[in-house]
Amino acid sequence: MELVTPNIGLLFWMTLSFAILLFILGRYAWKPIMKMIKERERTIEDALLSAEKTKLEMANLHISNEKLLKEAKEEREMMLRDARKVKEGIINEAKQKAVNEANLIIESARQTIYNEKMAAITELKNQIASLSIEIAEKILTSELTDKDKQNQLINKFLDEVKLN
Amino acid sequence: MIQKKTIFLFLLILITFKVGFVFGNSLTENIDTLVNSTENSSKHNEEEKFNPGVMIMEHIGDNHEWHILTIGHKHISIPLPVILYDNGRLSIFSSSNFHHGTASYNGYKLETSGENKGKIVKVLPDGITTDVATAKPIDFSITKNVLSLFISIFLICWIFLSIARSYKKREGHAPKGLQSLLEPIILFIRDDIAMPSIGAKRYEKFMPFLLTLFFFIFINNLMGLIPFFPGGANLTGNIAVTLVLALITFFITNVTANKAYWKHIINTPGVPWWLKFPLPLMPVVEIMSLFTKPFVLMVRLFANITAGHIIVLGFISLVFIFGNMNVYLGYGVSIISVIFAVFMGLLELLVAFLQAYVFTLLSALYFGMSQVEGHEEHKH
Repeated sequence: MELVTPNIGLLFWMTLSFAILLFILGRYAWKPIMKMIKERERTIEDALLSAEKTKLEMANLHISNEKLLKEAKEEREMMLRDARKVKEGIINEAKQKAVNEANLIIESARQTIYNEKMAAITELKNQIASLSIEIAEKILTSELTDKDKQNQLINKFLDEVKLN
Repeated sequence: MIQKKTIFLFLLILITFKVGFVFGNSLTENIDTLVNSTENSSKHNEEEKFNPGVMIMEHIGDNHEWHILTIGHKHISIPLPVILYDNGRLSIFSSSNFHHGTASYNGYKLETSGENKGKIVKVLPDGITTDVATAKPIDFSITKNVLSLFISIFLICWIFLSIARSYKKREGHAPKGLQSLLEPIILFIRDDIAMPSIGAKRYEKFMPFLLTLFFFIFINNLMGLIPFFPGGANLTGNIAVTLVLALITFFITNVTANKAYWKHIINTPGVPWWLKFPLPLMPVVEIMSLFTKPFVLMVRLFANITAGHIIVLGFISLVFIFGNMNVYLGYGVSIISVIFAVFMGLLELLVAFLQAYVFTLLSALYFGMSQVEGHEEHKH
C-alpha cells in the first residue's frame, strides 16, 4: 500500500521541478533546437531543389550550346560558300575585263598598223613616182643627147602605138 | 561489436555493484530491526536473517538518507535535509539527527516499524513512543527520490542547454558529438510521435512538453538502472512522479481540447440514441475515459519500472537466500543469478526506452484526440 500511495512531499517537489524543467528547456533548449533543425531542413531542401534546377539549366544550356554551335557551323559554311562565289565572280569579271582590254588594245594596234601601212604605201608610191620620173628624166636626158637615138626612140614609140 | 562488448561490460559492473549494494543493505535491514538497542550490541542472530521482501521494498521505496555503502557495521550514507510542515510551523534539520531511526529529534521520530514505517511521526511526550492515531506532520523533505529528481533535472538541463548552444554555434552544419547522438531521438519524437498523432499543423505547440516528457522519463529510467550514488533511486517507478506526469498530460489534453472533442464526449456520433437517452450510458463511459486515460499512463510507467527493479533485485536476493543456507550454494547460485540479472538489465534498458516512448506516444495521441477537427468526427 505504501508503494501505491503518492507522497505529498515528492508530489510537491516533482510538480515544482518539472514545471521549472519544462520552462527552462522550453525556452532555452527546445525553441532554438527545433528552430535550427527546421532551418537546416529548409536549407537542405532548398539546396536540393536548386541543385535540381541547376541540373536542368545545365541540360538546357548544353542543348542551346549545341544549337548555337550548329548554327555557327552552318553560318561559316554559308559564309565560305558566299566568299567562294564572290571570289569566282571577281576572277571571272577580271578575266572578262582583261580579255576586253586586250581585244581593244589589239584592235587599236591593228588600226595603227593599217594606218601606218597605208601611209607607208602612199609614201612609197609617191617616192616611186618621183623616182621613176627622175629616172625617166635621167634616161631621157641621156638617151636624147644624140639625134639618131631620139629619132629611133620616137619611132619605136610610134610603132608601138600603131600596133595598139 | 565493440559497442556490444562495452554494454555488456557496463552491465556486468552494474550488477556487481548491485550485489555489493544489496549485501550492504541486508546489514542495514538487520540494524533497523534493532529499534531501541545500540549499534554495538551483538547481532549474530540477526545477521543470519535475510528478508528479501523488506530489502526489495527498501530499494524501490523512498528514504530520508541516501545509503551508499556499508563496510563492516559502518554505514556510509548521505544524510538528507528533513523539511516538515506541522500546523503552521516549518522545521528544517538533517536526517542524521534521527540516527537511522534510533533517536528522536525536535519532537519527531523516523518510524522504523509498524504502519508508518519509514515515515516521520510526532513522538509522544515521553520522547520515545509514538501513536498511530496522532496526526503526522506534512513531510516536504528532500528525500532520496527528491534529490535524485534534482540531480536528473540538473543533468537534463545541462545536456540540452549545451546542445542548444552547439546548435547555435554550428548553425546550418551537420550535428556533432552529443548533438548527433540526441538529434535522431528528437527527430524521432517529432516525426514519428508528434506529427502522426497530432497532425502536421498543430504539433508544434506540444513539442516542448513531449520532448521534456520523453527525456525526463528516459533519463530517469536509465539513472534508475545505475545501482550506485547519482542513480539507483526508483524515481520513475514512484507513483507520485508518474501521477504528476499523467496529471500534466490530463490538464494539457483538456485545456487545449476544442469544441468538437467535447461534443464527441457528450454526444458521441454514430452511437444509437438509446445509449444516450434516457440513460446517458455513452456520455458516462466517455467522461470516465477522460480520467482512465491518464490513470493508465500513471500506472503503466510506475508498474513497469517498479516491476523491473523488483525482478533484478529478486535475482540478486537469490544469491543471499541460498548463501544463508550454504556459502558454496550461494556462490553457485550467484553465477546463474548474475546471468539472469544481466539479462534483466538488458531488458530494462529496452524497457527504459520503451516506457518513455509509450508515455510520450500516448500523451501525443490524447493531445491529437483533443484537437479533432469538426469534419473528422464522423470517422469514429
